[in-house]
Amino acid sequence: MSGGVVVLGTGMHPWGKQGRPFLEYGLAAARAALRDAGIAWTDVQYLVGADTIRNGYPGFVAGASYAQALGWTGARVASCYAACASGAQAVDLARTRILAGLCDVALVVGADSTPKGFFKPVGGDRPDDPDWLRFRLLGATNPAYFGLYARRRMALHGSTPYDFAAVKVKNARAGALNPMARYRATVTTEEVLASPMVADPLRLMDICATSDGGAAVVLASETYARRHAAARDLVRLAAVSTVTPTFPNTVLELPNFATDSCAAVPPPERPFRAAIAHAAYEEAGLGPEDLSLAEVYDLSTALELDWTEDIGLCPPGEAEKLLRDGVTALGGRIPVNPSGGLASFGEAIPAQALAQLCELTDQLRGRAGGRQLDGPRAGLAANQGLFGHGSAVIVTR
Amino acid sequence: MTYAIEGWFAVDDDGVVLLGTRCAACGTVCFPPRHGSCPNPRCEGTDLEVTRLPRRGRVWSYTSSAYPPPAPYVAAQPYEPVTLAAVELDGAGLVVLGQVAGLTAEELEVGMELELTAGPLADGPLVWMWRRAS
Repeated sequence: MSGGVVVLGTGMHPWGKQGRPFLEYGLAAARAALRDAGIAWTDVQYLVGADTIRNGYPGFVAGASYAQALGWTGARVASCYAACASGAQAVDLARTRILAGLCDVALVVGADSTPKGFFKPVGGDRPDDPDWLRFRLLGATNPAYFGLYARRRMALHGSTPYDFAAVKVKNARAGALNPMARYRATVTTEEVLASPMVADPLRLMDICATSDGGAAVVLASETYARRHAAARDLVRLAAVSTVTPTFPNTVLELPNFATDSCAAVPPPERPFRAAIAHAAYEEAGLGPEDLSLAEVYDLSTALELDWTEDIGLCPPGEAEKLLRDGVTALGGRIPVNPSGGLASFGEAIPAQALAQLCELTDQLRGRAGGRQLDGPRAGLAANQGLFGHGSAVIVTR
Repeated sequence: MTYAIEGWFAVDDDGVVLLGTRCAACGTVCFPPRHGSCPNPRCEGTDLEVTRLPRRGRVWSYTSSAYPPPAPYVAAQPYEPVTLAAVELDGAGLVVLGQVAGLTAEELEVGMELELTAGPLADGPLVWMWRRAS
């Protein structure tokens, strides 16, 4: 593809619970991405910040906050919030501006600093906010929704807690090889099954932690990239999917109390998660059979199995078989979450879709260290922002 | 009797009912009640009438919280695990989440029949809940 958009550089700050301002993580990730791209901050024409709602005014205007931290240059700027899809939407904004010919090179940054414990709504009494109401009326935490999906999977497909634990074992093994990951120890099935129950049937080690972290990418037009990085393999951004669900959405989604009703209109052919991946495949002109790897949104171990099916790696109910056969492990035919996934990183909301893109890029460039796959050509990262934000990207070599 | 939220459910002589809305134009049902515009993208209906939703349904899925949920939830002291069920309402084509009264996660099963009731939050106001169908 000529005239497309490429990932010119990636950078991250190691994830963990470090308790420092989110701007520090974002700044470190941005500087790393610029170094990797081989350009200076003053070369950047457009900066997009993925917003964090937990860190006050600077978090709500993340684009300008990062620009100020890097030093005002007069660059064009945008900030966007789309929950867990914030990073993907920020990438889409930058990509679109490059494709429109309005700029040649853009920096996209996401970072978060999270408090201890469950994610909870922004403060104050806000009974018109479904995110506030689900806690007030039901005490429905994010892991409660993950528990509902896990129990539903057990009922539909006969999955067991052993299957769920095996996902954690697989992802921890990959995460142990990733210097940016928060958790870098391998675990056993027995350890997962002995960890405390959190949201039946999910245990502590089935559920991703909340984390601090930062990730950034430099995107550029292919023409610009060839001028500035001629000798290097170019990783192309082949698709970004930011779709909304199609009515009626019949899967209970965070933070809703109920699904849409299918009494008057039948459910769509593709449920929301599958539609997110489908839109990306359509845009890239690829299918699941073309992928070398996938990063999917393992908020819980059980959810990784759902996503494995939603992105089309196997029919519904067969993800456990891929897992058991080692197909989705490092060294398998189609590794899923070779970065270690959220199981190893935890959630730093505005950064996680960007971190997924960093992993795809590192793998396609052959610089993923101990996690490196053998000659990958295409990768998909899928994620979902609550309130109906699709998030998937496809990169190719 | 104070409701934890106004207009989402009612307790009267017939028992506890969830209050949804039904679009007069296309028949789409919503919970929580929605006003102003129908969520069906092919319908421009604005007349959404409050409707009493079916009181029974079958468990779509369930879970329980071993740790107290954070504010604005007010947890009982000592904490009793919150059990939640997502219930597919009979004939309404939608799944509604609620706390479960009188059953633990161990006693629930996907497909089991539940019916609507109400119970108090730890600080007093009533909320809709699911219980074993009578």
